Amino acid sequence: MTAPGRRVDDTEGMPVGSSRTYTVIQYGLLILFALFFVVPLIWMAVTAFKPINEWLSPNWIPNQPTLGNFTSVFEDPTLPVARWFINSLFIAAAFTILILVVDSLAAYAYARMEFRGRKLLFGLLLATLVMPGIMFLIPNFITIAMFDWLGTYQGVIAPGLAGVFGVFFLRQFFLSIPRELEEAAYVDGASVWQTFFRIVLPLSGGALATLGVITFLVSWNDFLWPLLIVGSDRQMQTLPVGLATLQGQYTFDYGKLMAGAMVLSVPVLLLYVLGQRYIIRSVATTGLKG
Amino acid sequence: MDSQVSVGQAAVARAEVRRRRFNLTPYLFILPHLIFFTLFLAWPFFFGIYTSLFDFDFLRPERRPFVGLANYTKLFDPASTEFRDFWRAMRNTGEFLLWSVPPLVILAIFLAVLLNGRFRGRNFFRMIFFAPYTLSVTAAAVLWWWMFQFDGGLINHLLASIGLERVNWLSSMPEAWLAITMATVWWTIGFNTIIILAALQDIPPVLYEAAAIDGASTPRRFWHITLPMLRPVIVLVITITLIASANLFGQPYIMTQGGPVQRTEPIVFRIYIEGIRNAQMGSAAAMSVLVAGLLLVLTALNFRFFGKSETE
Repeated sequence: MTAPGRRVDDTEGMPVGSSRTYTVIQYGLLILFALFFVVPLIWMAVTAFKPINEWLSPNWIPNQPTLGNFTSVFEDPTLPVARWFINSLFIAAAFTILILVVDSLAAYAYARMEFRGRKLLFGLLLATLVMPGIMFLIPNFITIAMFDWLGTYQGVIAPGLAGVFGVFFLRQFFLSIPRELEEAAYVDGASVWQTFFRIVLPLSGGALATLGVITFLVSWNDFLWPLLIVGSDRQMQTLPVGLATLQGQYTFDYGKLMAGAMVLSVPVLLLYVLGQRYIIRSVATTGLKG
Repeated sequence: MDSQVSVGQAAVARAEVRRRRFNLTPYLFILPHLIFFTLFLAWPFFFGIYTSLFDFDFLRPERRPFVGLANYTKLFDPASTEFRDFWRAMRNTGEFLLWSVPPLVILAIFLAVLLNGRFRGRNFFRMIFFAPYTLSVTAAAVLWWWMFQFDGGLINHLLASIGLERVNWLSSMPEAWLAITMATVWWTIGFNTIIILAALQDIPPVLYEAAAIDGASTPRRFWHITLPMLRPVIVLVITITLIASANLFGQPYIMTQGGPVQRTEPIVFRIYIEGIRNAQMGSAAAMSVLVAGLLLVLTALNFRFFGKSETE
């Protein structure tokens, strides 16, 4: 694993692009692939702003652009899109805050403290990294049902807090902080808690922001688990689950579906553009699969 | 007197040592995570296997008899419906691995090489290539379901504009796999690309300079320097991609509903139907255990044959 904080974009690459033809071909291919990634997103937006009589036609600029698709998905009482948005926002925000608190505490103990059972516990945490997630789907569903948490926020949120990625990620970062800073605090009579909150956490802004952005994205986008837990309760659905319902129900209302897809996608795309440095760096350095 | 004092001091010192030795603080730090970890990662490991030994109908809590290995033997009994459903889904998943893993790895290497080096607009292109990965599978799948619609879908518009026949993408085979693969490549290839790009940037430029002095051509440099140096990360990417593709669910759930006639119904979809829709959790748990075992073997083999494991 590369040390956290290593920037992807400031290392020397292999010296290619020496000849002019190569540069032309390179840019040509780059633009071609950029189109492959961007054109579907533009088509989504184009469809979302088209009135019903233009949905099936191939024009790229709507003859009569409209916000009707957005208003109709937001106003249809059988489709609580606004409620889904709030559910998604609440779940993703609460999950992110809980992950940051729970994982930073655990990571600090695993990074800096000596205690009986540490090696064993940390080994157990490591072992779960290779365990295929499919194993946990059915038993965790039964556990949530036993807690009577089906159809609730906590049912969606709680199992994800068991994840070990954040603990490893933050532990790696804490290990990179020079020990002398904490030792100086202890000499000054600070307790472990004071040292953690006043010295370590303030130094960890970048790492916490990275983990926070990634966690929020993963939670906001999650589909299978929320489908299991809140899939049958329309008021409690998240946006990804709700949009899938919408697609099953309004199969040929393409404009409305694309409006719904935009409501789901635009927030994360904005977050991505603003926080892309954090996101790309953390993927590049840790090989995270969200 | 004297000796008593020293005994007392020794006792105090021993107590002090013991107090120092058992320090509650570390446990308080790990406790919140450990609770969730135990409940939702450690316990379900055993609970899943336990459940697989019962005829566990979720809707009939009063009747859940222990059946031993019956849920497993059913999966190997060609006369049972579970056998047919399970192995069809397994074959479908295998088919999707063949469709998706080669482009997701080879194209990612190609894109990473394109993005490597210093040139104007590099960060911009990197941002664009990775952007779809930040979307929900629902958004990606609904979008490509629309792109592949017979009437009004952009792909058929493009085909029609160059004078080709329109295609029934989502309801014929193997076109449905092609559509699902296309959606998957579009959605996730940025992830593989970024990982490989980071590894490319770790290759010491000295190697290329030496090869250039020796007069090695660009393809030869790629073949003899780049690929061998990338080997560990390629093994990692192949493993991650195999596991991700084996977990295929959202794309067929939304784009094809597993059709035509369950030909794109992968194993996670089958486990979902068996366990959640049909409430047969014992049987679904047995399927999950088998699939998880297979995935572990697949991962181990992959690292064994293609290179040494890089502990992440």
